[in-house]
Amino acid sequence: MEKKHRILVVDDEEIVRQSLLAWFKEDGYEVDTAENADAALRLFEKGKYSLILLDIKMPGMSGMDLLVKLKEYDPDAIIILITAYASVSSAVKALKSGAYDYITKPIDPDELSHIVEKALYQKNLENENVKLKESIDEISKPDNLIGESHQMKEIYSLINTVAQTDTTVLILGESGTGKELVAKAIHLNSKRKYFPLVTVNCGALPESLLESELFGHEKGAFTGAHYRRKGKFEMANGGTIFLDEIGTISNKVQVELLRVIETKQFTRVGGSETISSDFRVIAATNENLDELVKEGVFREDLYYRLNVFTIHIPPLRERIEDIPLLANYFLKKFTTSMNKKITGISDEAMSFMLKYRWPGNVRELENAIERAVVVCRTDKIQLEDLPFRISNNSLYSEVEDKSLSEVEKRHIALVLKENNWNISKSADDLKIDRVTLYNKIKKYGLRKPE
Amino acid sequence: MSEIVIAPINFSNPELIEKILSELKKYLPYKINLQPLQIDLNFAYSIERGQYYSTKIIQHLLPFSENINGKFLALLEVDLFIPVFTYVFGEAQLNGKVSIVSLTRLHEEFYSGISDEKLLIERSVKEILHELGHNFGLIHCKDWDCVMHSSLGIEEVDIKGIDYCSNCKRMIRL
Ligand SMILES: [Zn+2]
Ligand SMILES: [Zn+2]
Repeated sequence: MEKKHRILVVDDEEIVRQSLLAWFKEDGYEVDTAENADAALRLFEKGKYSLILLDIKMPGMSGMDLLVKLKEYDPDAIIILITAYASVSSAVKALKSGAYDYITKPIDPDELSHIVEKALYQKNLENENVKLKESIDEISKPDNLIGESHQMKEIYSLINTVAQTDTTVLILGESGTGKELVAKAIHLNSKRKYFPLVTVNCGALPESLLESELFGHEKGAFTGAHYRRKGKFEMANGGTIFLDEIGTISNKVQVELLRVIETKQFTRVGGSETISSDFRVIAATNENLDELVKEGVFREDLYYRLNVFTIHIPPLRERIEDIPLLANYFLKKFTTSMNKKITGISDEAMSFMLKYRWPGNVRELENAIERAVVVCRTDKIQLEDLPFRISNNSLYSEVEDKSLSEVEKRHIALVLKENNWNISKSADDLKIDRVTLYNKIKKYGLRKPE
Repeated sequence: MSEIVIAPINFSNPELIEKILSELKKYLPYKINLQPLQIDLNFAYSIERGQYYSTKIIQHLLPFSENINGKFLALLEVDLFIPVFTYVFGEAQLNGKVSIVSLTRLHEEFYSGISDEKLLIERSVKEILHELGHNFGLIHCKDWDCVMHSSLGIEEVDIKGIDYCSNCKRMIRL
């Protein structure tokens, strides 16, 4: 548990003191206020403050003189000056006397919080530097990242390894496998965890909007841009940017992305100022980037830049032992939020879920359970509570390719899985001989999961 | 704690309120009652800033909350400020009964000129849950997925999650 920071607000205006007091209380700080230098000095001698906000223009002893005095008492004190636009030059002078920074009235809340957090973060870092460097044995995971299968355990260990570096990570996996949860886990276990994890769904936006989303835009950059707007790379400063569906971006944006990742610098759309941001990149896709590179759709240089460390999330059908775990987790989640009394899942429904292919992966399972909780009228989820497309139809209802060979391939894969890849038993079940089965396994490129 | 009263003040778009409310209900296990009000807000207007003084509005609304066994949240369409700050999305009495949220800066139109109702509803729900959270006694949360994370710019409203994190939920027994 972090200890609470104490902040001292020194300002002669009652309204400023009250506003800042309320503001910092919401942030969880302990706050004292003083209306003049004398009161401030008295409090300062008694209390230990992490940070002092000091109005530079006050009757009596000026903020400038008070600053010098406070610094004599405690050279490490972090003092942030509040000033009117008119007195910026004196604020700059004050910086030379050891003030940490200054802000001008009226204060942009964004700026205030940014300066305060940065100052306290640096102070914290100095204190906790050693502690932060220690490795984390037990990784912290977002609630939904669940699974005890060996595949998932392998993924946890990859997360743990890569989180402590600043390496770019590429997450691969079918849609619905939980790529964003893995990204979040990496962020949560990194030293960047106190800064934002910013997600951009690259597939959801047309090129022009994606650029302004990523890099921000200046006021007047295009019709309707009435205000300057920060881009996601700027928002991710100190933290992590998660670029989902990276395979969909246009060549133009690919070029820009590559440059930004390499230089950590960019300009807003319609702007000329160079902006620097310290971010870590995690990208994800459900597409075969190798293929896209070969086809010339995805730039090779960007691919290598992103593909430094890869985490591949297996589809749910390849880790069926996680299905009961996930199903029960979602059951608990939805019964709680919908306030329903459902204690479990019937054997019939569970055995169905174990056999189902889950083309939509964990997300489909989650949706299925949510739907089942809504319609369930007994104390257990029944087979008929599962969504229509699961329960009413054959296992192959999801197969888009309806060719006989595709169905055969899936069926063989399913039987092999059921029999734990015992070839004799599977051949038996399929009522073919072992050689034929071997040939079909080869033909369809089926492989036993490690 | 039995109810939450949402009071749109001088609101022009009742359908929008309905949509916000039905979204809001997904996250709060309380009875939510609607109580539209027509109030002259001139007392809180600052001519030089062209904005409305948020704290004054809260004070003015206190009598309306007296007979409520719960929380009172006013929704406004005017731009709010607290003197020392350039603007605020809303304000709440920490551990108190009353809070307000302004939709002015939650419109995507305000920033990009493109209107986006879905986004507006999502942002509104987030800010309502956030200010109510303060009423429940919650302070800002470090978890970016939590609606109690402080959001100082609209980008941060979009980044943070829409629900309370499990920690914050536990604190307010949600
Ligand atoms: Zn807040
Ligand atoms: Zn929280």
